[in-house]
Amino acid sequence: MSEDVKKFLYLNRKAPYGTIYALEALEVVLIGAAFDQDVSLAFLDDGVFQLTKGQDTKEIGVKNFSPTFRALGDYEVTKLYVEKESLDERGLSADDLQEIMYEDEDDDWAEKPSIHIVSRAEMADLIADQDVVLSF
Amino acid sequence: MKFGVVVSEGPYTHQASDTAYHFVVSALEAGHEVPRVFFYHDGVNVGTRLSVPPQDERNIQEQWTALAKEHEIDLVICIAAAQRRGMLDENEASRQGKDANNIADGFRISGLGQLIEMGIQTDRLMTFGD
Amino acid sequence: MSTLHTVNKSPFTNQSLLSCIAHAKAGDAVLMIEDGVYGAPAGTAVADALAARAGEVSIYVLGPDLAARGLDAGRILDGVNAVDYAGFVDLAAKHDRAVAWL
Repeated sequence: MSEDVKKFLYLNRKAPYGTIYALEALEVVLIGAAFDQDVSLAFLDDGVFQLTKGQDTKEIGVKNFSPTFRALGDYEVTKLYVEKESLDERGLSADDLQEIMYEDEDDDWAEKPSIHIVSRAEMADLIADQDVVLSF
Repeated sequence: MKFGVVVSEGPYTHQASDTAYHFVVSALEAGHEVPRVFFYHDGVNVGTRLSVPPQDERNIQEQWTALAKEHEIDLVICIAAAQRRGMLDENEASRQGKDANNIADGFRISGLGQLIEMGIQTDRLMTFGD
Repeated sequence: MSTLHTVNKSPFTNQSLLSCIAHAKAGDAVLMIEDGVYGAPAGTAVADALAARAGEVSIYVLGPDLAARGLDAGRILDGVNAVDYAGFVDLAAKHDRAVAWL
């Protein structure tokens, strides 16, 4: 990796729909993907609600943007870290989250999961390893 | 040191844009550089030239405009967030068929790429929001 | 390599301060700003949680926000230090990255 590549972390701590932060964070991720930086997404606290299965916004009249997470692999955004403690606190497990896959070009395009469930301590390490943290 | 600054809440309702302003003033006084401030989410509303706060209150837009002029700070309003919220410059207003524009002097509308570029080109990215 | 964390929410409204201090690493700094400064006084329901990390994490509070809210700088938790905006800038420069717990 060249020296002008920075580690960017998108820190997602808010639930979708009640406020626009989650949607507009995703818009930054999609645009930012064109800059060829080393991008990771972190989901902790209420941010884990962004990735749940079965979101249906028809009756609230707001666009359901949850399918966009499944397209992130096409943008080479393949590292989504979800905090286990945040899931546990909310009565959720990994099974409640969407399946998000990407094709690994370095491994004969094998399909691999983008979501990694990490502990709070690992999340702290992830944050400490970044050059730029964008908070939402 | 170069600081990039993100303001992600609107003026008056939230303190975020005030805190960001005081941070930038202090950073400049300390000899640091602040090449760009990026306004996102409701933060785009800081850049309207049509706000008329009571005379005994600060005028947040005017504070930023004056600071940007003095120190050549690039005040960038995110175009996607701005269009949602009715913030248009002259070009956008005409392109979208709208009859008015409202971007204040010293601010410009541009894309989210400017935020990423700021993250790449500065030493520290500071976010002020809610 | 260390991080400056900023918290701008009252700890009595949401979990941002507690989440922040749970993710801060030894050598990091936490700065309470805006409504975050309500976390600074001694004798609150979050004081023990803050004090428990105050040894390995440096904890600061933004003085102008304390003053604005009529909080007595003399009543803040032991080990929490007040800084002004210039001190905020110094903290941001001194640490390698800034993380806002919005």
